[in-house]
Formats: sequence, C-alpha cells, structure tokens
Amino acid sequence: MRHTLAVLVENNPGVLARVAGLFSRRGYNIDSLAVGRTDNPAISRMTIVVEGDDRVLEQVTKQLHKLIDVIKISDITADEYVDRELVLIKVNAEPEKRGEIMQIADIFRARIVDLGRRTMILECTGNEGKIKAFEESLKPYGIKELVRTGKIAMLRGSRYTNINSNGSKEDD
Amino acid sequence: MKITAAQALVRCLELEKVDIVFGYPGGAMLPVYDALYHSSIKHVLVRHEQGAVHAADGYARATGKVGVCMATSGPGATNLVTGIANAYMDSVPLVVFTGQVPTSQVGTDAFQEVDITGITIPITKHNYLVKDPAALPQIIKNAFHIASTGRPGPVLIDLPKDVAGEMIDFYYPETVRLRGYKPTYRGHHNKIIEAAELINRSQRPVIYAGGGIINSGASEELLELAELISAPVTNTFMGLSSFPGDHPLFLGMLGLHGTRYANLAVTECDLLIALGARFDDRVTGKLAKFAPHAAVIHVDIDPAEIGKNVPVHVPIVGDVKLVLRALLPLLKKTDRSPWLDRIRELRELFPLRYNREDGLKPQYIIEELYRHTGGLATIATDVGQHQMWVAQYYRFKRPRGLISSGGLGTMGFGLPAAVGAQLGLPGQQVILVTGDGSFQMTMQELATVREQDLPIKIFMLNNQSLGMVRQLQEYYCEGRYMAVDFKFHPDFITLARAYDIKGYTIQTEEEARQVIPEVLTEPGPVLVNCLVSPQEKVLPMVPSGCGIDETFES
Repeated sequence: MRHTLAVLVENNPGVLARVAGLFSRRGYNIDSLAVGRTDNPAISRMTIVVEGDDRVLEQVTKQLHKLIDVIKISDITADEYVDRELVLIKVNAEPEKRGEIMQIADIFRARIVDLGRRTMILECTGNEGKIKAFEESLKPYGIKELVRTGKIAMLRGSRYTNINSNGSKEDD
Repeated sequence: MKITAAQALVRCLELEKVDIVFGYPGGAMLPVYDALYHSSIKHVLVRHEQGAVHAADGYARATGKVGVCMATSGPGATNLVTGIANAYMDSVPLVVFTGQVPTSQVGTDAFQEVDITGITIPITKHNYLVKDPAALPQIIKNAFHIASTGRPGPVLIDLPKDVAGEMIDFYYPETVRLRGYKPTYRGHHNKIIEAAELINRSQRPVIYAGGGIINSGASEELLELAELISAPVTNTFMGLSSFPGDHPLFLGMLGLHGTRYANLAVTECDLLIALGARFDDRVTGKLAKFAPHAAVIHVDIDPAEIGKNVPVHVPIVGDVKLVLRALLPLLKKTDRSPWLDRIRELRELFPLRYNREDGLKPQYIIEELYRHTGGLATIATDVGQHQMWVAQYYRFKRPRGLISSGGLGTMGFGLPAAVGAQLGLPGQQVILVTGDGSFQMTMQELATVREQDLPIKIFMLNNQSLGMVRQLQEYYCEGRYMAVDFKFHPDFITLARAYDIKGYTIQTEEEARQVIPEVLTEPGPVLVNCLVSPQEKVLPMVPSGCGIDETFES
C-alpha cells in the first residue's frame, strides 16, 4: 500500500541526502519526494510517498525519527487531505493541431505557458490520477519533454501538520 | 574576549570535562593542535587514525564517558571510518573531530579533501560540517548531548581549516537546541503495568539482557529483578558483564555460540523479557524458531528496535533502568521451582565443555585468567574465536568488564581499545585477549602502549591461522581451507622486545599456570604468545539458517 508522509525537517544543508540515503540503504521504496521550505524559513517540509505494508511503514517512520534533523512525521494516508502535483509538458503543436490541444488543456484546466513555432508548453496541476490522464491525452501529439514536481499534500479542514500543533496525528 | 574557533573548540572540550583526546595531527588540523598546545587536556598520539577512534571507543566503554578523537582531513578522516561504524553498531558515545580543507576549496577535489560528513551519514548518530565559526560552540554542545543521551552513538564534527582560524566571541551555551531530538526515558505507565501482569502470570520467564543494561547502568536493577521473580538471565554478547557471571540464575550468552542451556531455556520459556537488546541475527538464529512459545516484553530506548525483527506483545520505549525501577514494585515474588529445576537439568545435561587433552587449549587460558582475576579485570578482545571463548569462559563480575566489538566485528579493535580502556582506568587491571590475525591488524599501537607506559597484559591466542574462518570453512566448505593459515609469522617475542615490551611464549598448561599469575603482577606491559592448536573450534554452534535449539557440540 502507498502511504503519504508529511515530514517537517530542519532546513539544513544535507537533510535531503540524509532522508534519501536512509530510504535507499534500508531498502524502502520512495514513489515520490517533494521538498521546499515552509512559512518558517528554518523548517522545510517533505511530502514522501512510500510503498510498503504497515510493518515497513512503522520502520520507515521510526528510522526517520532517528534523524536529528527530522522534527515531525505525520502519516496522513488515512485522513482527508488535498494532494497536488504540477506537471510541465512540452508537446508537438503544429499550427493545425493547436486547436485540439487547447481544447484538451481546457478540459483539464491546464494552462499554456509557452507557445513556440512547433511546440507548446502546458502547465497542469492536480492529483496523480488527473496528471496521468492529462499526459495520456497529450501522448498522441508527441510529448517532447515532461517534468513533474512530485506530490505535495495537506490535511483538509482545521487540522494541520505543524510543529507544536495538536491537530494532527503525531507519531511519537 | 575574542578567540579563534579552534581555541573555542578546546575550551568547549575543557568545559565538557574532557580530560583526554586521542588523535593524529595533519595540515587541516594545525589550528586545533595549536590550540591544544596551551590546554591541560591530555592528547594521546596514536600510530594510525584507526587506533585513535578505537582507543576513544575503548575509553568510552570502560568509563561510560564520551570518548573524543580527532584526525586531519582526507585520509585521516577516512581512516576513522571503520572505528566510527564500530562505535555506531555498538552504541558507543563518541565525539569525533576531523579537519577539512578551507571552505573556499570544499568541493574542488583539493589536496586531502574528502566529503567525510557525506561518507559518515549512515554510521553516525549525527554529523556536522561547520561553516559558521560562531556556531561551533553550540554544535559541540549538541554533539556531546546527542552522543551521550538516548541510544548513545558517535557524532562527527568536520571543521574546515579557515573556519578553525577565525575569531569569535566565545560563549559556551548551557542548553542544547534540538527540536528534532527528544529521547523517551520513562516507560509508558500502562505498558509497565501490562508487563508486570505478564511477568506475574508467567510460569517460565527468561530475561534476555543486552548492552542497554550497561549503557543505562541498570545492573543492580537487573539483579534485583532476576532474584525477585526467580527468572534465569541470559546475556547477549554486548550485555556480558551486566549480570554476575557466577550467579546461579546466570545462563551465560545465548545465540550462535551461546550455551546450549541458554538457547534451550529461551526455546522453552513462556515469557521473554528483552531488556536493552535488539534481537540481532547472531542471537535469534532462524526467527521462526526463536522463543516460539513466548510472549515478548521488549524494553529499549530506541523505538526503532522494537518490533524490527520479532513481534512484541508489550513494547516499552524507555531507559531500561528507569523502566525497571517503575516495574519492580509491581512484581510479586513468585515460586518458580519447577522452571528453575528444569534450568538446572538443562545446565547439567549440556554444560559448556572442551577437551583438555593434546596441549594447551585456548579455553583453558581464559579460565586461568578468570581464576586469577576473580572476574574483575577489564578484558578487551579482538574478533574471532578468542573473542567467543572469552564470552563463554570469562565470568564477568563487574559491569563494563568486557570491551569488544560486537555489532561490526572489527578485527584490530582490541589493542587500541585496550589502550583507551587503560587510560580511562589507571591503576586497574586491563587485559587484552587477541588472536594472531586480529593483533597484526593494529599492532603498531604497541608503540602507543610503550610511549604511554600502559601496563596492558596482552594474551595472544596464536593458532597460526584465522581460526573462525577456518572453522567455517571446515563446516561449510568441506575443509577446503582457503587463505586462513599463516605460513609466516614474525617472531612475536622479538617484535615485543623491539617495542621495549616483555614477551613470553607458552604452549603447555603447566607453562600457563606458571606464567599467567606472574604476568598479571608485572608492573609494565607484557605480550604472551600462547601457542594453541588451529583445530580447536568454538562450540556449541548453531548451524547457519537453523533455530537456536539446534546447536551442535562436536
């Protein structure tokens, strides 16, 4: 089963290497990892999607906790949350195909962020399923290049994952 | 007052009450060594950086204090790696300083540059690359705190040469600032009650006690627990010396080379009380056959160890001493004579034994060492057969009596570790039991022994081979001995003499009886070359892939 972890870490150099190294040396499978700083510049937040059963997840969580730079881990998989990815796709767009592609973009509420003589770059956000469907729809035109951010996620409602919060499931 | 960061480093060590550091200087460490010149801290110059880190490790294990060592950048730092990994595996508190090339050169493949923080991420509890000289005191404060609290371990601080030379306003913080690090010391109250209920109901409990007992100083509580509930105690290798080796409830070590009666007691028990132990593969053998009838109580300060290898009925995260103190008042004194009778029977059926015919046996030497020291000496060992014989035949009566590489199994650990232990325990008897293989990996430290005038007694069980591997090749490779027999040895007595160290060779029981007591009372260091048979094996033994009830003895 895939789990989504929201992990608060010290915004120190090397923290990504520590986390990524932990996953690889203990043989855990990362599906995706997205990281960026939070409203507090000293703290970064990682969203890690990891594959494994409950026992594996327990170990992942405990081993992550052992890293001094890891402040807090929340497994939000079982809760209501919003998750998003962002994708940029450069697709072949000969003038006669542009209309069709723009219609597809419309359906997915994607945006055209660059228009070249023969290509377009489209930007789309959404959960994994939507991103996948969007990619599939553009495939027939010839995808030249694709880049995606990995998933970020946030609990719905008034609960939150933050330091000193009591609204979330803290794992320790 | 402004001082250099290097001077601040030395001030911090003084304020942490560090009285001794082990190290080896180099270009990138010039500022730090220059600062040490003016300090009262004793610096022990080893002959190889590996010696420095093992000595700091031996010092920490012997005293319970944080061991400190330092080396220069590049090869100095990489030579520490084995020792850092060794300390990490055995949860030994170390603070390790390495020099680094100046910050402007970091990342340019400069002379003697290596990314030591990158290299040591998996083998340190935490590490730091110091970029801001003003942050150094706080980093050192944090490092000592991290190394010595919770589950102890090594912390490395990498200090670029230019940072070390910068001037800072010195101020040593009184508190640590680590929001991501809060070890749990007190066990969960309800879990402790559950554990007490399980223990009170149990008919056949066994206490399985590991190195956590030693780290938390819980030997007295362990003894009280065992006697109160009439439960036999088995030790992991790391746990040896935490329970008196001659106590009637003591089963000796369990696992791969454990006593048959310890392994069978664990197999038959209905409750396994795991205290500061981690269900290592050398202990459990085949997991499905480990304590198959037992409920498991697992007390450990590291939550990641609980449930890692075996399912646990009552998990208790906490310091084992504090948990036992909370648990003891909840326990009833219970008569478990049928179980203790069964233990007695197992002990009589399957005693530890060896054949004393045909020359001097290594086990005999260990027994003689035990007899003459009353189990009170500090025994450092290397890794291999001799190490297991110490575990089996030396009955430790004092916590921290055994200084040995358990988790990593580092040959070459013994001599430098003995150096550190003896420096930490001046005036006390420190004995190194080593093998001819291990000894030759770090024997350059004989120079340190001599230079520091350490009265270490070295017993080298010399079977002219790598006995443990030889034994494995006999069992698993049908006796095809590959690269295990030494066709050349130096004359160890002459070698010792070259270091101005006395040497003896013994090869009969008679000589052992005569020489051992004599050597133990010598004022200075002595090397005893004990010629023993390469055929002798460590037994009993659990064959690879089997349960621990399936030991064989010949």
